[in-house]
Amino acid sequence: MNKYILSILVENHSGVLSKMAGLFTRRGYNIDSLTVSITDDPSISRMTIVVSGDEQITEQIVKQLNKLIDVIKILELSPQKAVSRELALIKVTLEQNTRSFIIETVNIFKGNIVEMNAKSMIIEITGDEETVSTFIELMKPYGIKEVVRTGLAVLQKGSEMY
Amino acid sequence: MKAADAIIQCLEKENVKIVFGYPGVPVGPLYEALRKSDIEHILVRHEQAAGHSASGYARATRSIGVCIATSGPGAINLITGIATAYADSIPMIAITGQVRTDLIGKDVFQEADIIGATDSFTKHSYLVKDAKDIPRIMKEAFYIAKTGRPGPVLVDIPLDIQNTEIEFEYPSVVNIRGYKPTVNGHKGQIKKAIEKIKGSKRPLICVGGGVMSANAEKELIEFIEKSKIPMVHTLMGKDGIPSKYLYNVGLIGSHGFKYANKAIAAADVLILVGTRVADRATGGSKSFGKVADIIHIDVDPAEIGKNLSALIPVVGDCKKILQDLTDKITEIDTKVWLSEIATWKKEYAKIRPTNLKVNPQYALELLSEMIEDDAIVTADVGQNQIWTSHYLDMTRGRRFLTSGGLGTMGYSIPASVGCTLAFPDRRVVAVMGDGSFQMSMSELGTIRQNHLKIIFLLFNNSKLGMVNEYQSNLYKNTYGVDLCENPDFVKLVEAYGFGGKTVNSNSELKGAIDEAMKSNKTFLIECIVSAQESTL
Repeated sequence: MNKYILSILVENHSGVLSKMAGLFTRRGYNIDSLTVSITDDPSISRMTIVVSGDEQITEQIVKQLNKLIDVIKILELSPQKAVSRELALIKVTLEQNTRSFIIETVNIFKGNIVEMNAKSMIIEITGDEETVSTFIELMKPYGIKEVVRTGLAVLQKGSEMY
Repeated sequence: MKAADAIIQCLEKENVKIVFGYPGVPVGPLYEALRKSDIEHILVRHEQAAGHSASGYARATRSIGVCIATSGPGAINLITGIATAYADSIPMIAITGQVRTDLIGKDVFQEADIIGATDSFTKHSYLVKDAKDIPRIMKEAFYIAKTGRPGPVLVDIPLDIQNTEIEFEYPSVVNIRGYKPTVNGHKGQIKKAIEKIKGSKRPLICVGGGVMSANAEKELIEFIEKSKIPMVHTLMGKDGIPSKYLYNVGLIGSHGFKYANKAIAAADVLILVGTRVADRATGGSKSFGKVADIIHIDVDPAEIGKNLSALIPVVGDCKKILQDLTDKITEIDTKVWLSEIATWKKEYAKIRPTNLKVNPQYALELLSEMIEDDAIVTADVGQNQIWTSHYLDMTRGRRFLTSGGLGTMGYSIPASVGCTLAFPDRRVVAVMGDGSFQMSMSELGTIRQNHLKIIFLLFNNSKLGMVNEYQSNLYKNTYGVDLCENPDFVKLVEAYGFGGKTVNSNSELKGAIDEAMKSNKTFLIECIVSAQESTL
């Protein structure tokens, strides 16, 4: 099972997300992560979908997505040729003896502490998927209360537009 | 102009002559506009039939069928018709009424999310939110339905939108940035295909319903005539290709002929044209076409590599691609291969079961001989479908319509209604079982109201025969398949003013078919068939 990143330009109107999600459900494809936002052209949204599967399944996913009238363009991005970032907010339990260790780790990962009280803090981490996952692993022993991850935002490297 | 009038004008611009529908309050303005137009409205007795009739009409005329239903339950009842058309790639426009825009999402009376409910089996769908968009949406809907791989498009129109005043101008061009179907086959791929075919000893063409969707029967025959390559076909590929054509080996698949399947297994190059080679065509076999190098021609790129991996895919309109192939192909020496197939055909010639009551195979052979060459035959789903696919002789110009993909029971009667309205002067026969008849018999009302003349060939074994057969084979027992205490079908159709006759033996068949053909109204031939008659 490999991970594939699909960067998809779609018409920005209601119903598109449900058509896309419905396709994944019906054909039994799994979504690892999904981000949607509008582009510089307000009539177009970009969906970044990370899927795992083999090459044949991914090819089918791309073909089936392409059949949707609202899908304008699909680019399959290889991790080597793309820049990917994910943001996570992590609420960690604070105790007198753990506070400095946590802050030290946050600094190493160039994260931000965005909220803090006597019992917990919320940490903001940005990076590729692996960096975020590693950070979350490191926080686990301290007691994670809640985590939210945005999913990947990905752009192809180089000056070309598509 | 009122948006409702604009919708009807769009239909007129698209040359729509007939719509099949069932009214309700949320399509009130649309029906008022329809009343004032020249478009004929056929009132069905159940919305499902509106879908099947529109689909039958579309296939018979090779144009687009249009059906209309009201919001909520009306639209929901239409679903089976839409899904059936989708599975067989039939171009269709389904127009549904929707509750007022300000009430959407409030769970009001007769509200249903029909777009959401049909997402996975419409080619595309629109919920009209701004009346000004109607001309563009209708233009796009028709364009999407008929181009590329055809399919149903749903347009859901809230009541208040229908009543809104708009400026009407029908767009002359369509520009959908996410929809650009491929028409021309890739030249390099065609060249590769030609080389592969030229080097083959046992080439075989497998014809699917896509050939008919593309109106490419003529081009197919031209390719075969020049190359001398034999063909087999799927259930959907039976329509339009003469059965007795020298190069037509016959139906493949789980319910196909053994010799046709044997030809598939023995071919060294397999040319798939407009077929998805789904489970019924391959017989679920993983070894299907494994020996052969596969050339796959389809307008839908997603079909290539979905069920079968192809060595040489050619995406595009198969009419164009077949023309290109014919231009470049030379005669292949297939004499040995053809005689080999001919031997198998003799060897495996189907042995008929003993004549218990009416033999359905014989009934279909006789019907084939007696009806006109340009007759349109619809078959339902079940044993009747398999028997028809085996024994209906396709003469040149004859048509065969059935629900091949979804396998929807109750298809044959409403589809035959669509065919009869499309071609009032042509013979239309609907073949069905006692199960499928009872699933759509409400349409007898539609037939009576419109004075349509259809022959029903009903195989009555007082069972859901196909399931009965399957359960008997698999479980050695049957359950839930008995249709005992069936009504008197002849009396039933007589109540509608139609003719009918029960046939108990083969010897009475000819007289009954003759009477049906001479009748000036719809006529039921009820064949009493033994439940032991099987398809396999």
